[in-house]
Amino acid sequence: MEYQDKQRYTRREFLRNLSLTTVAGMSIPLLSSCSKEEAEDFLQKHFHEMTREEKKVVIAKLEERYSRKYGKKFEISTKEAIPNTLWGYGLELSRCIGCRRCVYACVRENNNSRYKPQLHWIRVLRLKRGTLINLDDSEHYYDPPQVPEKGFLYLPVQCQHCEDPPCVKVCPVHATWKEPDGLVVVDYNWCIGCRYCIAACPYKGRVFNWAEPNIPPEEVNPSVHYLGNRPRMKCAVDKCTFCIQRVRNGRYPACVEACPTGTRKFGNLLDPDSEIRYIIDRKRAFRLKEDLNTEPKFYYFFET
Amino acid sequence: MPVVEEYMPPPMTEGMFPCSNCHATMEVNRKKRVLKEEHTDIKLHHAETMRWCLDCHDAKNRDKLRLYNGDLIDFTESYRLCGECHGNVYKDWKAGLHGKRVGYFAGPGKRTYYLCANCHNPHDPKFKPLKPEPPPYRPEENHDGISR
Amino acid sequence: MEKFRETLKETWHFYRRTLSLVARGSKAYYAWCLFLLAIIWVGLVYYLKQHNVGLVETNMTDQVSWGLYIANFTYLVGMAAAAVLLVIPSYIYSFKPIKEIVVLGELFAASSIVMAILFVMVDLGRLDRFWHMVPFIGLMHFPESLLAWDVLVLNGYLFLNLLIPVYLLVKFYYRKEPNWKFILPFILASVPWAVGIHTVTAFLYNGLAARPFWNASILAPRFLASALCSGPAIMIIIFQIIRKISAIKVEDRALFKIAELIAYAMFINLFLLSAELFKEYYSNTIHIAPLKYLFEGLHGHKQLVPWIWAAMAMNVIAFFLFLIPGTRKRLATLNLGCLLVIIGVWIEKGPGFVIPGFVPDPLGEIYVYIPNPLELMVSFGIWAVGLLVFTLLMKVAIPIEAGEFSHVSYVERSSRREEEDQAWRQGSFRKF
Repeated sequence: MEYQDKQRYTRREFLRNLSLTTVAGMSIPLLSSCSKEEAEDFLQKHFHEMTREEKKVVIAKLEERYSRKYGKKFEISTKEAIPNTLWGYGLELSRCIGCRRCVYACVRENNNSRYKPQLHWIRVLRLKRGTLINLDDSEHYYDPPQVPEKGFLYLPVQCQHCEDPPCVKVCPVHATWKEPDGLVVVDYNWCIGCRYCIAACPYKGRVFNWAEPNIPPEEVNPSVHYLGNRPRMKCAVDKCTFCIQRVRNGRYPACVEACPTGTRKFGNLLDPDSEIRYIIDRKRAFRLKEDLNTEPKFYYFFET
Repeated sequence: MPVVEEYMPPPMTEGMFPCSNCHATMEVNRKKRVLKEEHTDIKLHHAETMRWCLDCHDAKNRDKLRLYNGDLIDFTESYRLCGECHGNVYKDWKAGLHGKRVGYFAGPGKRTYYLCANCHNPHDPKFKPLKPEPPPYRPEENHDGISR
Repeated sequence: MEKFRETLKETWHFYRRTLSLVARGSKAYYAWCLFLLAIIWVGLVYYLKQHNVGLVETNMTDQVSWGLYIANFTYLVGMAAAAVLLVIPSYIYSFKPIKEIVVLGELFAASSIVMAILFVMVDLGRLDRFWHMVPFIGLMHFPESLLAWDVLVLNGYLFLNLLIPVYLLVKFYYRKEPNWKFILPFILASVPWAVGIHTVTAFLYNGLAARPFWNASILAPRFLASALCSGPAIMIIIFQIIRKISAIKVEDRALFKIAELIAYAMFINLFLLSAELFKEYYSNTIHIAPLKYLFEGLHGHKQLVPWIWAAMAMNVIAFFLFLIPGTRKRLATLNLGCLLVIIGVWIEKGPGFVIPGFVPDPLGEIYVYIPNPLELMVSFGIWAVGLLVFTLLMKVAIPIEAGEFSHVSYVERSSRREEEDQAWRQGSFRKF
């Protein structure tokens, strides 16, 4: 009887030890697969919840990390929205020739991953003449020797910075929000990577860093904004920010400066003298998918 | 905040300006013709059935351009001449709508306007087709970075 | 307070005893558990690779950003909601043959929810930031975000479906009458809660104006109808297995009643599907594109077409098998019908629902998504986790329900052991 007791006891002991070891054994590889950076950032607060001092500490940590990684001195701005501004964008469809200079200027300015994966914030669609609303027949991968091609027109699409953004509505952790100057931004350190916002965006403005971004160190742009073009990390969502690091200092976004035909316009919707207000007041302007009521701030227009 | 505006310099071929270096001592030949001895690289393709060189370039002073009312303007202000025929576009350009501006639209820096001539060759203004930048990787290729 | 401590002591004692129950079993039991553990181990290894490098290791892209994981999640939430189908007849209508097996059904719902939560966790790009989603500790975007709602209702449902059966089992183990005033509110709450979890999951898709395939008001009713088909079907099969390997008696009448209810749910499911098809094909707007991709192929891409037609055939055949009393009341055809429903609804509600929502994407691009081996292995691993959890829960619940495992027998055995101990010591004393 006692021997059977002993057996029962040791078997229970054995099972208890086995289950504990298995749990520990499974959690160790899981925990050790977290990189040093992930461990450092684990308890970082949401951008809005940080005090001034905490923000300074975080910025210093990130600047040091980026400088170490890319060999250039980084300057991360946290400049807030200028009061009385609402940024709007204009794109003259009669002039876009589909050369994609804007796409690559954006990639260089905003430290996008170049390959594996390649992240483009702007996507230029080629549409047959006669269609403008149904994007289902668009061609994204056109590669002729010269543009523009006869019989086609070109429609570049990027984040439209909607006034009622569906992506902001659906984010479960408040990682993306609309700033007071109308820009929709992402706190890359708060995003959990659930990709609900990508499913919710009607303009495919958001892209996902499926792996750790690959940026050639010599091409890195070191003047960045915390909510804008600082180098991201794997599995965070990013998108066009209307070059927040430039516009809050009064500079044109990179795509506006890169366009060879002067198709792109930018300005403050609240300033009656701005270019964008001139467009809305005098030109025939429309916005994509207006029936979805997202109130985008990206106006497409024609010459007259 | 009003921003300082400046204009890009006009695109002159090396060594051509000031034109009066040659033309000050040359005779003026007002006959409409195709130039055979000099400036043969310029093929006029801009209302060439109705206009020719001396309708825009002042005959007596080649360093200046000639407006319709007889005023002479510098090459840095060539937009005034273009605007005489292309009034709608000129109005848009002045407002900052047509064409290109770079730099600062507000704040501490300057806004640099591109002149008409910076984008459009005045003798052959139609935009030439460009070679487009490469298309994005297709989604299948994007994962391993291998082009298929 | 004293009563609470007493309950805690009793529960702790119960838990320690169940460990011995779980640890011992037949050879078949060990083989089954080891088989599941092996699959879990493989899934974990693959998941670690995905965790290290990033989601680039899957076949998901910006165009189709949700894939096999979320497809399985949707299906499993439906299965979990189906425990309601058993609870309603039992507690509300006092349908006797089902009353005995309700607890097992609720434990099945709990394992199903565990699987659903695990699928969401492996789909997250940054699992190390999961604490951002915890209310009060993180920054939960409640009530605007449906995903925040989903986190709350799923965990609440898991809590309910563990609390109720465990409470009842513990009481039955001690041969004590459950305090109905305490537990009945939870039981009654679990009924609308089950409808709630699946409605919230449906609204998660429904609210996206960007995806016209999902932005249809018919989505939430369709979800519920298909959930009420798949969950009970798998339970019919499980109960037959249970009554074969244990002493629990499950009357055939109970199984046939459940099958009849599945028939009605499948009818509604098929009717709602035909309503969708009519609306899209008759009005023929550009929003027909995802449905065309599913049923006919779009611009030559036909990958999902054989799958959905197979699912349709399975659903219709199963519907007739369950409707006709002759085939419903014969176990062979009943089981065939159940299998057809399980697989058919998985195809229709998993990949056949999530993937066409992304094809074509909002800018008109078509990306053909096919899960890669890593996603398959991780999915198998999670299914194995669910099955293992369910097996262990059953290993405890069945003997209790069957009356073999109870406190009375423990007390008897331990007092007998003490007597024998006493006798042995006295005997050995005499020896020396």
